[in-house]
Amino acid sequence: MSEFPAELRYAPSHEWARVEDEGVVAVGISDHAQDALGDVVYVELPEVGQDVEAGEEAAVVESVKAASDIYAPVSGTIVAVNTLLEDAPETVNQDPYGDGWFFRIQSRDDAELDALLDAQTYAEHCESESP
Amino acid sequence: MNRDTRTIFELSRPGRMATAQVPKVPKAPKAPAAVEMADIPVNLRRPSRPGLPEVSELQVVRHYTNLSRKNFSIENQFYPLGSCTMKYNPRGTHHAAAQPGFPGRHPLAPAAHSQGFLECLFDLQEILKDVTGMTGVSLTPMAGAQGEFAGVAMIRAYHEARGDAARSEILIPNAAHGTNPATAVMCGYGVREVPLTPDGDVDLDALKASVGPQTAGLMMTNPSTCGVFDRRIEGIAATVHDAGGLLYYDGANLNAILGKVKPGDMGFDVLHMNLHKTFATPHGGGGPGSGPVGVNDKLAPYLPVPMVGRDDAGGFRWLTQQDVPGSIGRLSAFMGNAGILLRAFAYALMLGREGMHRVGEFATLNANYMAARLAEHGFALAYPQRRASHEFVITFAEQAKTLGVSAMDIAKRLLDYGFHSPTTYFPLLVPECFLIEPTETETKEELDAFIEALVAILREAESDPELVLSAPQSLPVKRLDDVKAARELDLAYRPPGE
Amino acid sequence: MPFIPHTAAEVDAMLDAIGAESIEQLFDEIPSQLRAGELRTVPEARSEMAMLRLMGERARKDQLQLCFLGAGCYDHHIPSAVWDITQRGEFLTAYTPYQAEASQGTLQVIYEYQSMMTALTALDVSNASVYDGASGLAEAVLMAVRANRKNKSRRVLMAETVHPLYRQTVATIVRNQGIALDSLPMTASGVVDPAALNGHAEPPVALVVQQPNFFGLLEQVDELTDWAAAHDVLVIAVVNPTSLAILKPPGQWGEGGADIACGDGQPLGIPMASGGPSFGFICCRQAFVRQLPGRIIGRTEDLDGRTGFTLTLQAREQHIRRAKATSNICTNQGLLVTAGTIYLSLLGPAGLEGVAGQCHRRTAQLASAAVTLPGVTERFAGPFFHERVLALPCEAEPVAEKLAARGILAGLPLGDYFPELSRCLLVCGTEKHSDEDIERYVTELGAALSSTEAVA
Repeated sequence: MSEFPAELRYAPSHEWARVEDEGVVAVGISDHAQDALGDVVYVELPEVGQDVEAGEEAAVVESVKAASDIYAPVSGTIVAVNTLLEDAPETVNQDPYGDGWFFRIQSRDDAELDALLDAQTYAEHCESESP
Repeated sequence: MNRDTRTIFELSRPGRMATAQVPKVPKAPKAPAAVEMADIPVNLRRPSRPGLPEVSELQVVRHYTNLSRKNFSIENQFYPLGSCTMKYNPRGTHHAAAQPGFPGRHPLAPAAHSQGFLECLFDLQEILKDVTGMTGVSLTPMAGAQGEFAGVAMIRAYHEARGDAARSEILIPNAAHGTNPATAVMCGYGVREVPLTPDGDVDLDALKASVGPQTAGLMMTNPSTCGVFDRRIEGIAATVHDAGGLLYYDGANLNAILGKVKPGDMGFDVLHMNLHKTFATPHGGGGPGSGPVGVNDKLAPYLPVPMVGRDDAGGFRWLTQQDVPGSIGRLSAFMGNAGILLRAFAYALMLGREGMHRVGEFATLNANYMAARLAEHGFALAYPQRRASHEFVITFAEQAKTLGVSAMDIAKRLLDYGFHSPTTYFPLLVPECFLIEPTETETKEELDAFIEALVAILREAESDPELVLSAPQSLPVKRLDDVKAARELDLAYRPPGE
Repeated sequence: MPFIPHTAAEVDAMLDAIGAESIEQLFDEIPSQLRAGELRTVPEARSEMAMLRLMGERARKDQLQLCFLGAGCYDHHIPSAVWDITQRGEFLTAYTPYQAEASQGTLQVIYEYQSMMTALTALDVSNASVYDGASGLAEAVLMAVRANRKNKSRRVLMAETVHPLYRQTVATIVRNQGIALDSLPMTASGVVDPAALNGHAEPPVALVVQQPNFFGLLEQVDELTDWAAAHDVLVIAVVNPTSLAILKPPGQWGEGGADIACGDGQPLGIPMASGGPSFGFICCRQAFVRQLPGRIIGRTEDLDGRTGFTLTLQAREQHIRRAKATSNICTNQGLLVTAGTIYLSLLGPAGLEGVAGQCHRRTAQLASAAVTLPGVTERFAGPFFHERVLALPCEAEPVAEKLAARGILAGLPLGDYFPELSRCLLVCGTEKHSDEDIERYVTELGAALSSTEAVA
C-alpha cells in the first residue's frame, strides 16, 4: 500500500507539495507515483532561478520503461534543486517524501496551494485511477 | 553455447593488422607519399591514431560470424513479431540488387547512364500506385517514420497553400504506434487522441466530437494495431473530410489487405508503405527500412523529391523541385534507400499480380487459424467477437493474476522453445498482451508447433512456475539488468585505465 | 504461389479449424464496396531466373568503368569479408533487438560500432545510427535546439560550404518546427571566414560546419569552434569518417571540441549503390546523451552477472515518449552498421590511415595532372582533403556527359548548386585509382575539352 502523509498537499498529476518557511514549497512525487514508475533511472531538474507557472512542466523523471513530466504545483521561482538525484536517482524510489524531493519553489500565490488535494482526496484519486 | 562476450577491442594487440586490407603506396610514386601530409596544416591534422581495434582478418571473420550466431532471425526461427511482418525475404531479391551495374552506380551519375535503375524505380512507382489506389508515389522516404513525416508535412503544405492556417491538430486513435504522435509534433502539430470502442473500432461519436476547424487530419492504421479491420472506415473518412481534414493511412499493416482492399478506396488521401514489411525486404537488425508515400490528386503537388518520370524521348529522368515546385522538399542526400527499392521491385516481379492478391489472403488465413486454435486451448483473445486481420491480440491478464507469470515471462520462455516472441505489451490498451503476426510465408506445421509451445509453457507455469519466471535458460545470456544499463551508462568500450 | 507454402489440404484443414467456408469469408468485416478490384499495373509473376535476367539487363545499362565523382558518396574498395558476413541471415533477417537475450549478436555489433564512432570522432557517445548523413544532420540540428539551454533563439547558422543536398534535407525536416536556418556565406576562397561570425548580433543556437567542406577544402575549425564556445553556440560538425584517420577529430576542435558530430557512413564498406542504404552517424558529448535521437545500446549484466548488451535510454524514444519523443525515428541502419563495423575492424587504425592517405594522394595527383591541360585550373587554393574543384575553360556539364559516354564519371558539375561555378567540376580520388586510371582521365578530359572548343 502506498503512503499518503497527511501534512502534504497533492496534485492530481501525482506531485506532492510541502510548505516550508516563508512561502518556500518543496516538491516531489508521491509514493504511489514512484511505485507506478518502477526503478527511477534519471531525473532532469529545472535550473535555479527559473520561473515556473502552476501546471507547467518543470522536471522529468525517467524509469526504464516510462518517462513522466513533473509539473510545478504552484507558481514561483525555483530556489533549489536536489542535485543528489543526478547521481542517485533511486532515492526517488527509496524516500519519495524525504531525500527524494525534486525542487523548491518560492511561491508567488498561497491560494494555489489551497487548490491542491489533501491526502485523503488524493488517495481516493489514486484509487479511482487504478485499473 | 557461445558465451564469449569479449568485444573486438579486447582481441586487439598493438601492431597487429589485416595486412591485405591496407592499400599499398605505389613503388614508383607519381604522387609521392609526402604530398599527403605536407599540404595539410598541422593544426588541422589528427594528433594520434583513433582507438580502433588492431586484429587479423581471421579474428574479424570469426568474431562477427560467432556474433551472428547469437541472433534469432527469420532464416533461423519463426519470428511472429506483431506489426512487423517478419515474412521470408527472398534471397533472389538481394542478387537482383547486386547485378553488375547497380552496386557501383553513383547516385549523382547522369540520367543518360542510369536508365536501368530509373526504369526499375519508375515501374515500382506504378506498381505501388496500383496496389494502394493512389495517383502519385514518391519512393524517397527511408523508413516508415520518414514516410509518416513526409505525409503529414504534405497535409500541412496542402492546408497552407489554401490559406487555411487555423488547422493545428492531428487526430490519432489511442491504440496507434508511437511514431504517429511523434511525427505530428515534428510537423508542428498538436495531437488529440481518439478512443476506441470496446470491440476495437474507432469510437465514431468521440471522433465526431473531436473534429473541427482545428483538425488538420487523422492518422490511422487499418487494420489497426488491435488486429481488426475498422468496419466504419467510410464513416470515419466522411467525418474527417466534412470537417476539412485529410486522412493519413499508416501502412504498417498493409500486408493484411494487400491485393484485397486499396487504402485509396477507403478514403485515405495519403499513406506510407513499409517495404521492409509488405514487400519483404530484410529488416537487417533494425534497418534499413523504406517508406514510400502515396497520395491522391489533392496532395500530388507536394510529394517529396526526387521522383522518376518519363522524358519526351521515352526515357526516364529525375523529377526534382523544378518539376514539383510545391514539393515539401528532399528527405535524404540522394534517393533514399535505393537498394531496398530494387529489392522490393524484384519481389513484386516474382509475386506478380496473382501473388499480390494472395499475400493478404494467406496472411489472414494464418492469423485466423492461430487465433482459433489458441482460443480452443483456452487462451484469451482480446477481441474474440472479431475476425483477426493478419495479426491478433491475446492477453495473459488472467494468468498474471492467478499464476503470477507475466506476458514478458511467457515471451522469454518462448525463446527457450526456439521461437522469437510476438510483440509484447502492445497495443498499450490491452494488459499483459501479445500481438501475434505469423505472415503468409509460414507453414501450418510451424504455426502448430508454436501453439503447442504456448500450451506447454502455460502448463509449466502451473506446475513449475520458476522455469517460466527465470527464462530464458538456453540463450547466451539470461535476462539483462535494464536498470543498471540505464543508471550506469556504458555506451562505448574504453581501454582499461582510460 | 510464390513464397506461400500451403497445400490445398492444409487450407481446408485450417478453414475447418476457423469454422469458415472460404478464405474469402475471412474478409467479411470489410465493407464489400471497398473490396479491391483488379490490379492493372502489376505484371504477371516471373520466376527468379526471369526476374534476375530482367534486373541484370537493366543493371548493365548503368555500368561505368571509372568513378572520379564523390560529393558525399565515395568509390572505395570493400574487403570481401565485409558483406560475406553481413549477409548472413542472422544479421540480415533479424529485427530491432527488442528481445535482448535473442539478439546479443546485433546488440554487441552496435555497441562495438558506437565505440568505434566515438573513437573516430573523439566524442563521448554515439547512437546506433540514423538513416543517412543528410537526415542525420537534420536530427543533429533539432537536437542542438533542444540541448542548448542557454540560447533559445531557434536560429541555426549553417556554413554555405556544407553539402547543398544536406542543406536542402535539413530545410525540409526542420521547417515546420519554427527553426530558422541562416547561411554563413563562403568567401572567394571557398571556405567560411571565422572573422565574419562577429557580425552576427544575436548568437545562434548552433553553428554547422563541414570538414572537409563540400569542395574538399579545410575550414578553420579551431577558430570557428572557439568563437562558438565563447558565445554559448553549439558546434555541429559534419565529417567524412575516412577523413578522421588524418584530420583532427571534432572532439578536439578548438579549445573544447565540437558538441555534436554527424555524417554518412557510406565510405566505411558500403557500396555506392545509388546512394542508399548507407547509415548516418551522430556522436555527442555525454551531457547531451538524453537529447540524442534514435536507438542506443548499453553494456550491462544478466541475472548471473554475465556481460550482456541491451537497448537503453528508451524513454527518449517514440514508443514510450510518443508526442514528446526526441524524434519519430525507430530505424537504425543495423545492417549497414554491421558492414561498417566489420570494415573498421578489418582496416584498423593503420589501414584507415592508409586509405585516407591514398585518397588524398590520388586526389592531389589527379588535380595536378588535370591542370596541365590548357585552360584547366584549380578553382580554389588552400588546404584540402580527398576532393578538389577543377575550373574548366567551358561549361562543365557537357564535358561530364562526354566523359560518361566514354565510361568515366568525371566529377560533379557544380552549376546546379552554385550557378557561378558552372564551369567547375568537383573531382575525387580514392585508393582504387591507379596511375593508369588517372592518366586515362586526363587524356579523356583533354579530348573532351578540345572537341568542345572545336564545336564552340
